Amino acid sequence: MSTNNLSYNDQGGSDSAVEVGQETTPTSSNAGAGFGLFSTNFKKNDDLKEMLESNKDSLKLDAMKRIIALIAKGKNASELFPAVVKNVASKNIELKKLVYVYLVRYAEEQQDLALLSISTFQRALKDPNQLIRASALRVLSSIRVPIIVPIMMLAIKEAASDMSPYVRKTSAHAIQKLYSLDPDQKEHLIEVIDKLLKDKSTLVAGSVVMAFEEVCPDRIDLIHKNYRKLCNLLVDVEEWGQVVIITMLTRYARTQFTSPWKEDGLFDENSETAFYESDEKKTKNGDEKKSYMMDPDHRLLLRNTKPLLQSRNTAVVVSVAQLYWHLAPKHEVGVITKSLVRLLRSHREVQYVVLQNIATMSIQRKGMFEPYMKSFYVRSTDATHIKSLKLEILTSLANEANISTILREFQTYVKSQDKQFAAGTIQAIGRCATNISEVTDTCLQGLVLLLSNRDETVVAESVVVIKKLLQTQPTQHSDIIKHMAKLFDNIAVPMARASILWLMGEYCERVPQIAPDVLRKMAKSFTSEEDIVKLQTVNLAAKLYLTNSKQTKLLTQYILNLGKYDQNYDIRDRTRFIRQLIVPNEKSGALGKYARRILLAPKPAPVLESTYKDRDRYQLGTLSHTINTKASGYLELSDWPAVAPDQSVRNVEVIEPVKEWAPSLGKTGKSKLSKSSDDKFYSDSGEEKEKGSGSSSSEDSSSEGLICMCTFYKDHVGQLSTNLFLRSYLLPIVCGPGERLHGFVSKQVPVSLSLFSLCILTPCPLSCAALLLQVSGPAFVPEKSHDLLHRMTGKGLSAQYQFPRQPCLYQPTMVSVQISLTNTTDHPLEQIHIGDRDPTGLDMHCFNAIECLLPEASVTVSLGVDFNDSTQAANFQLCTKEDQFSVSIQPAVGELFLPATMTEQDFRKEQGKLLGMNESSATITMAAENTTRQPISRQVATVANLGVVPSGQDNIHRFAGKTASSGALVLVTVELRELSAALITINTEKSVMGPMLLRDLKRALARA
Amino acid sequence: MIHSLFLVNSSGDIFLEKHWKSVVSRSVCDYFFEAQERASEPENVPPVIPTPHHYLISVLRHRIYFVAVIQSEVPPLFVIEFLHRVVDTFQDYFGVCTEAAIKDNVVVVYELLEEMLDNGFPLATESNILKELIKPPTILRTVVNTITGSTNVGEQLPTGQLSVVPWRRTGVKYTNNEAYFDVVEEIDAIIDKSGSTITAEIQGVIDACVKLTGMPDLTLSFMNPRLLDDVSFHPCVRFKRWEAERILSFIPPDGNFRLLSYHVSSQNLVAIPVYVKHNITFREGSSQGRFELTLGPKQTMGKGVEAVLVSSQLPRGVLNTNLNPTQGTYTFDPVTKLLSWDVGKINPQKLPSLKGSMSLQAGASKPDENPTINIQFKIQQSALSGLKVNRLDMYGEKYKPFKGIKYMTKAGKFQIATR
Repeated sequence: MSTNNLSYNDQGGSDSAVEVGQETTPTSSNAGAGFGLFSTNFKKNDDLKEMLESNKDSLKLDAMKRIIALIAKGKNASELFPAVVKNVASKNIELKKLVYVYLVRYAEEQQDLALLSISTFQRALKDPNQLIRASALRVLSSIRVPIIVPIMMLAIKEAASDMSPYVRKTSAHAIQKLYSLDPDQKEHLIEVIDKLLKDKSTLVAGSVVMAFEEVCPDRIDLIHKNYRKLCNLLVDVEEWGQVVIITMLTRYARTQFTSPWKEDGLFDENSETAFYESDEKKTKNGDEKKSYMMDPDHRLLLRNTKPLLQSRNTAVVVSVAQLYWHLAPKHEVGVITKSLVRLLRSHREVQYVVLQNIATMSIQRKGMFEPYMKSFYVRSTDATHIKSLKLEILTSLANEANISTILREFQTYVKSQDKQFAAGTIQAIGRCATNISEVTDTCLQGLVLLLSNRDETVVAESVVVIKKLLQTQPTQHSDIIKHMAKLFDNIAVPMARASILWLMGEYCERVPQIAPDVLRKMAKSFTSEEDIVKLQTVNLAAKLYLTNSKQTKLLTQYILNLGKYDQNYDIRDRTRFIRQLIVPNEKSGALGKYARRILLAPKPAPVLESTYKDRDRYQLGTLSHTINTKASGYLELSDWPAVAPDQSVRNVEVIEPVKEWAPSLGKTGKSKLSKSSDDKFYSDSGEEKEKGSGSSSSEDSSSEGLICMCTFYKDHVGQLSTNLFLRSYLLPIVCGPGERLHGFVSKQVPVSLSLFSLCILTPCPLSCAALLLQVSGPAFVPEKSHDLLHRMTGKGLSAQYQFPRQPCLYQPTMVSVQISLTNTTDHPLEQIHIGDRDPTGLDMHCFNAIECLLPEASVTVSLGVDFNDSTQAANFQLCTKEDQFSVSIQPAVGELFLPATMTEQDFRKEQGKLLGMNESSATITMAAENTTRQPISRQVATVANLGVVPSGQDNIHRFAGKTASSGALVLVTVELRELSAALITINTEKSVMGPMLLRDLKRALARA
Repeated sequence: MIHSLFLVNSSGDIFLEKHWKSVVSRSVCDYFFEAQERASEPENVPPVIPTPHHYLISVLRHRIYFVAVIQSEVPPLFVIEFLHRVVDTFQDYFGVCTEAAIKDNVVVVYELLEEMLDNGFPLATESNILKELIKPPTILRTVVNTITGSTNVGEQLPTGQLSVVPWRRTGVKYTNNEAYFDVVEEIDAIIDKSGSTITAEIQGVIDACVKLTGMPDLTLSFMNPRLLDDVSFHPCVRFKRWEAERILSFIPPDGNFRLLSYHVSSQNLVAIPVYVKHNITFREGSSQGRFELTLGPKQTMGKGVEAVLVSSQLPRGVLNTNLNPTQGTYTFDPVTKLLSWDVGKINPQKLPSLKGSMSLQAGASKPDENPTINIQFKIQQSALSGLKVNRLDMYGEKYKPFKGIKYMTKAGKFQIATR
């Protein structure tokens, strides 16, 4: 218990022990304790080493867990490297994994020692277990040791053509690692990327695109051929891969397609109208502007990404949203709104990023988010940065129609206890006031009211905003300026005081009585003011001096004198400058004449605009967009090309199942072609049936004729039905007429049934029985079939297998397996065939590829597998044109036999040879109904494909067979004893199969 | 992509670090600590912080900051979503995601993080795949492992990793086959002082707990699917089928999962299930304020309103309160000024109320904002929007499963302004 229940806290001793050896002690550790326990700690450190060098896995594992805990805490455990690396080849998989973790962490620091582990990984790369291969590659490529670059390169190349898609995925990850270790390998790596881009597995797609983005994002040419495949796979790719692929395809599309936006190109400034009118315009200009036709590939991308807006992964939703934003025609962008608004329900951090993107969008397209305005209302529980983003968006959404609602909402925000937020609201009101001229006055009045607010920040912010607003229309508002002058004494915030002073100076002619008075007050308090206020005081003094020198001359001089000796050099400089400028003396040159024009020049009003105004220069959803600076590795989104590059580069030779994307283009040649090929298939099978029934009606049709027909079909039709046909034809040869045949061919295949009936009618024609002298037909063929591929895992392709218990046609040592394939999808599946097999796997004879399997159709094919007389599963891949599925056939031991006929005498003789080690037996209690010959034979035959040996005694039943692969004899005796007890004896030289068969028989016979 | 991960606790200590590429010094977190100091509340730390050489993207959950270090351009949501997935996984494995739980299971945490990312790119984030690779720690398993020397680590590649239904493992077996679905709706609302609704919307989720043998294929249909305005699905749901027939067709993951989250279209008027009468006044110059609150049910479709909890952040000037609840208990924290009243069930015959006085800081001026009242409640056996499941069918397997559907309504962000 204590060993596994290892907690952080009781590690104190060993932690500090390791620290001793390290130069920089992390600040968080308790130095005093470490020092006090110096000697004992050192021992504990040794103890770790000792544990690692012991023979016991549990001790080692324990030590490794403690070491991992150290690493997790950020403590240095590098000095244990030699002891740890020895365990890299451990059999214990958890120990091995922890060693891997350690190795990856410290290999960079201990390069020489790390090399010791390399050979282990090289060996593991050949392991039959794909998980081990993959994790070996993962670790090997994570060890950042430059010497092993060639080894890594080799491993990556090999893994890129591994049969397991998981290993291929790992190799795609390894590409990036190798690239960051040694960028000189770029060219070689691009080759691997090119190869992996062609991979059809959804598992690999995301990872390889990631590698592409990191290693060679400029090699757009590699994408062309894979573009349509990526679009079609997209929905099935795992969610993280989707994000990467969508981002990449966005960039790709911007270089390959022409702009779907209107002639005037980029977004209009007054987007509002553009949005509202876009539909109208489209219909109006529809006829004239037919010149723009969206590339079908462009449409394919838009169509295939749209469902992903419903993804539960917020990153996927936003990546689709940005794709639509950057690629879709303007009137289609609206579909993303709902999904983005939905994300506002998610975690705070997600809200933050989504709101940022909405903020950028809402500036250009108010209409998109206006119906959802209420979703952006601020809640008192929102975090500050969320609140300010919502304010930003509400401000952008404001227009003549909704401004009153928004302002009412803003009024409540101003009263918020969060004063920073209240200040933000005041700025927002200011922006609304400048943008919408109808409400400027209302806003100003509201802001003036706020000037009497008790909170200083609110007042200060109001002053600043009013100052900006007044600048836009100063003429009518001298009373506001007067009001502010009155408030001046009560305002302490420097920025607000400075703003008022500036206003006084700027519009001093409108308030001729008040301004000098304010200056007088300032002169009094000048020394105690903040710098910014002092600067504005100097400005005010200068402006008043120019306009009203009679009243303010002395005051100005006083202030200038104070400023001259100020501590701050800015103020001293300003004072000196102003004095030279305004006070005429002998030294002042031509500049003095222009003083009035310099200081009292009409100043343009500040434009209050969103900070998100120009964020759209970055691709939405990117890190660069979030931080509003270019992040390293940011890839620019190019502008649309004026003329689309060659479209044909994306054409792939093989017909892709993407015909439906271009219905507007009418029926293309391609789709017609496929249609006709479908027809052909139908007509063929019809013909086949006809022929079949035709021949069955003519009873005298000879077997030779049938064989001819077989070859005819094989040559001319070349479809899998040939296989079927051939097998059903040969059936009578093996079984002989009159044998029990039902369940042999699955009933849902009409073709095979009709052929089958034909076969029964055909008398056994060939004398090949002589060849099979030893082997008889099966006593019983169980109908039980096993799932090979469930229709769910097989994307609609379902496969079942059963053992027909026939000698295999292809090779006598093989066991024949019958597979029935059914297409449960609504589209034809093409090219069903067997792909890669397990490298260590068994010898197999595959069926011919099935060209096409129509929806709802099934077909039965047969395989031969040499199981080598073991129950090891045959693993292989069942492939269709698009997919591949790993499947395995697991035979029961009884299926590995062929029934044999022999006399009782021979049986006894053979049994005599197979005693001792070769005999296994057990006594069981039989189920009551199993005590007679018939049921016993049936039960035994169900379990194992054995032949019945005629027996003279009523209580002894004998069965014989031989193993398919090596032909070893298997003899089974069931001897009934009193009280329904029975002795089962099995004699065979296959000492593994014997007990297995015994177990199965026991179970079958004991069962009721 | 993700370079390193640091886990920071509320007192600002880094208690776990993990690197997927070369090691990044933990001093990079100093920039994070600076931002943390600037923020008034823990939630106010910006999620994305640029530093000279790296970018820090963090999420805050269970009072732990998960700080990811990024070196180059990556969609920030990608990282944020992943970090949340990490937290969910921890929660799934350890029951809770606290500093103590993470420290106690540091080895499992490390193994998990190792599997979840390869070179900073997510590798396995589906919980059922992870659970096959690394078995969650239980007391029994720990005992067994200690005795037998077996490990928590799977030796085979999980079947889900290669299949097209990565969320479901093969060979699932149960003796009792059951499928439970919980339709949970949350109502978000802002109500102004006069009791009229400013905004109200309903969001719902369907959480499922499916324990079925084999590869069942389920379909779930609604009586009124039109109600659903915007939906997001678990990846198992077949989108085409939904688009065409408004039927949820899916092969469920094994165990608990969120099948669907939805938003009820805003055209439908939302029935607000409770009302609040309030009278909170501060008088200028007086050191006393009055506080009165009465709750009552409204449009609850005959179902009782339960687990009602009222909380309110009172203005800073309030020193203490002296209130009398007619039912339940109330507390007031004089430091944080948080008032909370655990009402329990609302009895329509005898409406719960909370009345009394507040003592204010002497001499302080009248607070210019009246507090906002947040309310939580639950209504069992009813979905506020009226969404109803029509039927649930199973295909692909032969047995008869036990099926159950439960409805519930909860308050989400339910705010009442008193100003």
